[in-house]
Formats: sequence, structure tokens, C-alpha cells
Amino acid sequence: MAGLHKSEFANPVINWVDTRLPIFTMMQKEYGVFPTPKNFNYFWNFGALAMVCLMVMILTGIFLAMNYQPNTELAFASVQHIMRDVNYGWLIRYVHQNGASMFFIVTYIHIFRGLYYGSYKSPRELLWMLGVVILLLMMATAFMGYVLPWGQMSYWGATVITNLFSAFPVVGKHIVTLLWGGFSVDQPTLNRFFALHYLLPFVLIGVIFLHVAALHIVGSNNPLGIDVKSPQDTVPFHPYYTIKDSVGICVFLMIWAGFVCFAPNFLGDPNNFIPANPLQTPADIVPEWYFLPYYAILRSVPNKLLGVCLMFGSLLLLLVLPWLDTSRVRSARFRPIYRKVIWVWILSFVVLGVCGAHKPEGIWVILSRVATLYYFAHLLVVLPILGKIERPLPLPESISNPVVVRSGLIAALVAAFFGLQAMQPARAESAEIRLPEQKWSFDGAFGTPDMAAAQRGFKVYSEVCAACHAMQYLHYRDLAGIGLSAEQIKAFAASVTVPQGLNDEGMPKEGPGTPASQFRSPFPNDVAARAANNGALPPDLSLIANAREGGADYIYGLMIGFADPPKDMKMQSGMNYNIYFPGHQIAMPQPLRDGQVTYTDGSPTNLAQMAKDVSTFLYWAANPEETERKQIGFRAILYLGFMACVTYALKRKVWAAVH
Amino acid sequence: MADSTAASTADSHGHDSHGGHPADPSKRDMLELMASAGAAIFGASIVWPLVASMNPAADVLALSSVEVDLTPIQPGQGIVVSWQGKPIFVRHRTPEEIKSAKDVKLNELNDPQADAARVKAGHDEWLVLIGICTHLGCIPLGNKPADVRGEFGGYFCPCHGSVYDTSGRIRRGPAPKNLDVPQYAFVTDSKIKIG
Repeated sequence: MAGLHKSEFANPVINWVDTRLPIFTMMQKEYGVFPTPKNFNYFWNFGALAMVCLMVMILTGIFLAMNYQPNTELAFASVQHIMRDVNYGWLIRYVHQNGASMFFIVTYIHIFRGLYYGSYKSPRELLWMLGVVILLLMMATAFMGYVLPWGQMSYWGATVITNLFSAFPVVGKHIVTLLWGGFSVDQPTLNRFFALHYLLPFVLIGVIFLHVAALHIVGSNNPLGIDVKSPQDTVPFHPYYTIKDSVGICVFLMIWAGFVCFAPNFLGDPNNFIPANPLQTPADIVPEWYFLPYYAILRSVPNKLLGVCLMFGSLLLLLVLPWLDTSRVRSARFRPIYRKVIWVWILSFVVLGVCGAHKPEGIWVILSRVATLYYFAHLLVVLPILGKIERPLPLPESISNPVVVRSGLIAALVAAFFGLQAMQPARAESAEIRLPEQKWSFDGAFGTPDMAAAQRGFKVYSEVCAACHAMQYLHYRDLAGIGLSAEQIKAFAASVTVPQGLNDEGMPKEGPGTPASQFRSPFPNDVAARAANNGALPPDLSLIANAREGGADYIYGLMIGFADPPKDMKMQSGMNYNIYFPGHQIAMPQPLRDGQVTYTDGSPTNLAQMAKDVSTFLYWAANPEETERKQIGFRAILYLGFMACVTYALKRKVWAAVH
Repeated sequence: MADSTAASTADSHGHDSHGGHPADPSKRDMLELMASAGAAIFGASIVWPLVASMNPAADVLALSSVEVDLTPIQPGQGIVVSWQGKPIFVRHRTPEEIKSAKDVKLNELNDPQADAARVKAGHDEWLVLIGICTHLGCIPLGNKPADVRGEFGGYFCPCHGSVYDTSGRIRRGPAPKNLDVPQYAFVTDSKIKIG
């Protein structure tokens, strides 16, 4: 079968290449003139959106990997290095971090599209199964990626998920040891997870290629679920769907940019701002939102092995979905009963997600059991029977009889939005203490930290807090971010004695700091810090505003919350009562009192003012990029909004003849 | 990025392969132009931060100066300090070395430069060089008194035999240029700040 391809391209260079390797002909055939049903609704955007996600994730991931250190001692700090020092490092990381969530939202909607319009049915079974493999690979990739920052949630997430395999009899224990490369999650685990997290996206590309190749053999399904009957039913992929996808991509990128620039940690967990501690599990341990439904299935069963089997089963069952659904009608539009029960199934999935975000107590256990039951009953009982008894509505003659229904898409988006919202309350609930909410200069989309307050707060930190609390991720040069001049920074750094490596005799040496010096730590190491503080470790404050539920409000509350304990409370020795501290017993004695610090700008030095200033400073310290981030956010969203309008107008023009 | 492919292909052969529809082609052309230009700009604004992230980070830039105390260095001796990850040769030249560096005629040099242009005025005895051979980046010998210094008494690169004189100028061998002099200044008579 050897022989040159007969290329039809006029351009001689393209023709020369195409004759020898017909990639241009292939692209033209598969993406140019590829006949595509003309009645797609916007649900058919989500495959392209998922593709955009993968590209962005790989691109940002490669640049993150250039600065990341897969070492238990360095990983957390290297992430802070990316966030604080690398040019645009915060942007690249937040795009990547939120990108995981965006990828899952888009993929879940893409899967829902397939379920609703019956895209998994003959002849698209293999296409669907490859999709399930893609989902599984995505989950593995996302899980391992979440381990890399080596925060508390990373570490304990890794521990819990790998321990799932220990449920299997006989081999379970050995599998877990194999995964860990040791007897707990540790250096070998982190290192191999990094290697695999880098590898799997490229495996994903391979499987996605097969997924798309299969799609181009069997052709796309469509909202009516009927086969293409004549060329009148189709339009060429380009320009009709390239432009329609472009509209969707612009809108989608706007949402993504919104998360990145205005709520980068909305979908994250404060605990992951605390470095991994193998000796202490956080009080509330929850996976990322996209795993919550499976997590709820796992916990709904009071038996380890069965729980694990159901959890994996809930995904693996999707592989045989084409054979579980016995109805030959594809689109839910013509299946009056399926059309209702699919929503019940989606509801059970969302309910499971919400249950997964709450502690498994009381109503949440019952709800998650009911939802789990329906999840499986739908697949194993409802679908097989329904296909036999349901009377489908009459199918239309052909696609050239378009009905535009947007309600489904809108309903799915609304459900996705509220689903995401609903998965949040678990953490607020666990606080159970109402923090004294303040109005902060950095609140809202336009807010930026008040420089004067942050400078006063820095004074409070350096004169009071710094006696016990380190801020190891900050350098004196960073103080330019709260408006100190180069001279002020230099003078301040020089007034502090910092470690300066070794002297000629090889002993640790100290000397005046420079702007490049790290903030001086009050203790040489954690052991010394504990020894000086009755065994309690004063936490590093670099990230404290992000590492605590409530952020700046929490710090403010903690500062003003010292009081005499209620009479009926038994205080442990050496502990102090604080209204806003979880459990109310805190080792730190009241640090701030009226008049403790002298302000040079004439601001009042009462407790409330100092507490507010130091909270502002610590908020800035945890989010030094905030001002720039919001500015970039506005620009990006305005620009993408404009592009959405342009592409939409163009799409209307392109489609004018078809509609 | 997918956006940009979509829009640019739309531009190249977009006009109604299907349906033949004449309504206002100029408006559609304009929209296509805006969409492709917009996508190109967007693509560039994605690439920019990624490329910028490969430039030195803030911590690297912050460490770009180092102070060196000259008091312990005796005439004829040299030390090596690390600046921006590069070896910096600081040499206390003897009067003979200074004289031999000054006496050379510029037209004898491969890369003509007067000795006075390579040291700070009034500090002739201090020669400060980036100790990297301008040929292919090896570190020349000659900073330690026991090292081979080559026939001009300066530095000798063992990799490919480049020979430098007591002013760090290339005299023989494959290296094209003199050893670079870093940016530095005397903070006091016995202390310099490099960078």
C-alpha cells in the first residue's frame, strides 16, 4: 500500500509535506469539512472545553515543575517560592490549582450530556468506555497533583486514599506498601507521585486521541439522538462549530479567570496552607469537591471492604452502562420516564457530594445511604427495566427539524453552581464559633490591603509577635509590598541580626540582615521553639491568614478574644481562655494590650486597632500578590467578555443561513 | 489557545462553504478579523507570563550583590568568591604584575583594552574578574600562587589552553575576549561590593 498521497493543497510547501505525510488532508477532513449534525446545543461545547483545560493544565504544569521540588523537606517551601518569588508564579499556580476544578466541572457536564442524550448507546459504546477511562485517569492525576504541595490535606489525602487499597484481603497491605515505597506516606511516595503526575497527562492525551478517533468513526450524537440521514442534516465542522466552540471557550475562560483572580482559594482547603505533619491529622479531613460523591459512597457503608468496592464500583459500572440501559432510544427528550429519573440520579450524585462535605453524623449518614442506594439502583435496576416498559415518544423523521431547548443546559449549569456551593458548608459548620466579622480594606473585588494599616501591623508583628512566631516565607525585601521604601527596608533589615551561614571556623555566624534575608526566626528550630513555650509550637505566621477558617476575622477575634474562663470550664494548666479559639483553650497568653506598641502615625494604640492592623498585615503576608491579581483579573475578564461578544456576533453571522 | 486555532482557520477559508449566504460580507470579514486578532493577542498574553517565569526569580535577583573584605589578601595572592553562582577572582597584584600589565602595547593584544580600564582608579593593585574563560566557560587556573599562570603570569585555562595576562586579558589560545570585569565598587578602601 506504499505510495505518495495525492494532495489537493495549492500551497507548494503544504503540498510537498502533505504528499509525503498527509496531516493537512487529515486535519481538513477531520476538523475542516467533517460533517457534523447541525442541531448541537451548547452542551456539545464541553468536549472542546475539556480539551482546553488539558492544554492549559499541561502548559502551566510544565512551568510549575521547573520550580517545584519533590522533596518532603522542600516541597511546601518551593510552592511558596513559586507563589512569592517566581515571576507570575502565583498566576501560573492559581491557574493550575483552579484548573483542576474547572477540568472536573467541564468533564462532569460533558458526561452528563452523554447520559442525557444517550451518547453511550450503540454504536458509541467504545467511545463511551474510553471516556470512562479518561475520567479514571483524570482522577488519578488530580489526586497525585493534590499531594504535591505537601500541605496537611495533601499528606492526609494521600494517606487515606492509598489506604483504600488496604481493604482488599491478603494483597491489600502489600499494595499499600508498594504504593508508598515505605511504611507511611513519605519521601519515596512524594517523589513517585510527582513523576506519575507528570506522566499521566500525556497518557491522557493518548487515550483522548483514541476517544476522538472513535468519535470520528461513529460520528457525533446529537440532541435528538437520531442518526444522520442525509447531508442536509449536517454542517461542516469548520466554521460552524469552531466558532460556536470559540464562544463557549471565551465564556468558560472568563469564569476560570474569575476564580483565579478573585477567589483563588474558594475551592481549596485552609488546612493545605499548613505544612504536612505526619503526627497530626486535621480535625476535618475532606477531599477536593470533585471526589466528594465517591467519598460519601465510601463512608455510607459501615464495612471497609464493601465501602471501597462500592466506591470503585460506582465508577466501573459506568463502563458497562451501554449494556445496562436496554432502551434503544438515545435522547432523553423522547423517553418520558428516563427524562425524569436521570435527574433523580443527578440529584443523588449531588446529594452524595454534599454529604461527603459533612461529617458522617446524623442526617448525613442517612442521606448518603439513600443516595448511594439510588445511585446503584438506577444503574442496576431502573435502567434495565425501564428500557423494557417505557413507551418512547415518536422520534422525528430527521435532524432537519430543529428544536432548540436550552432549559436543560441552564438547569445543569445551575445545578453545578449550587452543587459547588453546597459542598462548601462543611468547614463553616465545623467552626461552630461566630467570628467577629470586620470590614476589611481588602474585601471585595476592588479591595486592596490598606498600606498604612499593614505597616502598623508589621510594627506590631516585629515588636510583639516576632518574639515567638516566625514568618519564614517572608524576606525583608517583600516589605516593599506594604509601601516601605528601599532605604527603610535596608535600615530595618540591618537592625536585625540574622544567621549568615558559617564563619571561617565552620561555626554558625550571625550578622546584620540585608533586604534579601529571611525574616529572622525567634528560635533556631521547632524543638527549641517548643522547649521555650511549654511544649506548644507557635505556628509560623507567613500563611496563617489563609491557613485558618475565617482568615483575618479569625486573627482579629483571637487577638481580642482573651477573657476569663466561664466558671464551669475546667482549664488545663498553662492554658488561656479565648472566645474565638476552637476549643477555647489556647497556650498563647494574651499578646496584645492597650498601648503596647507606639505608632508613629498617631493612630490610636488600643487593642482593637492593633488587632486590626496586625490582621491586615498578616493577610497581606499570606496574599502579597492580591492587588496585582485583582488588576489582572479585571483586565482578563473585560477582554474575554469582549471576545465573547465578538465571537458570538461572528457565530450569528456564520450560522445565519442554517437557522 | 484552541480559541486562536479556531478563529484563524475561520479566517482562512471561512466564507460560507455551506448555504451561500450574501448578507453583509464586510461585517463578517470585520468580525473574523477581530476574532483572530483578539485570539492572537490573548495567546500572546498567555505566553508572556510563562516565558517571564523562566527569568530569574525575586530571590535570585535579591542576592545579586556581595561584599568582599580585602584586608586578609596579601600581595600576590588571590581569592575566589561566589557571585550569582559564578567564581569571582579577586587578586592583590604585586607592583611587577601591575607594571607588566601596564607596559603592554595595545596593538599586541587580541582584544585591546588598557589596564586602567580594567581596574578602579587609585586601586591599581586590585584586579577583580569573572573567573570564566571566554572560550567555553571553564574556570582558568592562576588565582592561587601555586597554580600554573601561563607565560604572561596571569591565568591559564586548562581546558583549551587560553592564556591571560596579569590584567586578565587574552594573550594566546582560542578564547576570543578578555576575562570580564564584573560591576563592582569600593565601599571603603578595604571593601568592595560586587553587583
